[in-house]
Amino acid sequence: MAALMFLKGVMKKMKVLNEMSMSFESRSANESFARTAVAAFASQLDPTVGELNEIRTAVSEAVTNCVVHAYRDTIGSISVNAKITEGNTLTIKIRDKGCGIEDVSRAMEPLYTTAPEEERAGLGFAVMQSFTDKLSVRSKPGRGTTVTLVKRLSPRLSDV
Amino acid sequence: MLLKPKTKFDGKVLTVYLSGDIDHHSARKIREYTDALIGEMKPVMLLLDFSAVTFMDSSGVGLIMGRYRIMKLYGGSVRAVSIPPALRKMMELSGLGCLDVLERGYEKNESA
Repeated sequence: MAALMFLKGVMKKMKVLNEMSMSFESRSANESFARTAVAAFASQLDPTVGELNEIRTAVSEAVTNCVVHAYRDTIGSISVNAKITEGNTLTIKIRDKGCGIEDVSRAMEPLYTTAPEEERAGLGFAVMQSFTDKLSVRSKPGRGTTVTLVKRLSPRLSDV
Repeated sequence: MLLKPKTKFDGKVLTVYLSGDIDHHSARKIREYTDALIGEMKPVMLLLDFSAVTFMDSSGVGLIMGRYRIMKLYGGSVRAVSIPPALRKMMELSGLGCLDVLERGYEKNESA
């Protein structure tokens, strides 16, 4: 929670240079759409191939969580917002209005999964964590979940 | 992955040539297709060839782990081979190295 407050504070101070929002249905076919769209938005920061792949992967994990867990046997809406702020920083919010997470810290434990039949290894949050610079999860059971990913991209030659 | 993956079977080793993006959406189809082949051919070893894979999230890790379990049931084994550099970080994070399913020395191939 403290980390979240800190994050909010930092984000307020930073000037937003560009922003995009989109929403789509929680169908698994949209997983590739979502990560590709965010990667296309991020490409204006001139990221390295590795950074772009990390962004794509983290978004894919977050969106898949919405499809598999938040809206388990239903179809709901997933919204994604991405902001570029000063200092080559990309902040991505993935929001659903699904079932929510009872115990966020438990859900974030590597290998913990509530959907073993999906064979997803229970690595979603662990991957988001290691592929970005900051991960925060806000959730209310019955109301939904917001995952915020912050990625600082390496400074490019043109900025130096 | 729109098309069925290419496969090769020499009587012992079943090779499945994966391609495109492996995510939760595509993994389901790959899983169903591969498991049907395993059941039919009863290979001693399943080789998952990743050379044409352009993207993989943790669904790919689940795919390998699930096939590992099934092949164990048949008394066989699984090996993931030709892993592109872009997938390396995911493979490292997955802990799959402990199951001895990753091609030996794959890290070296990539840095070259």
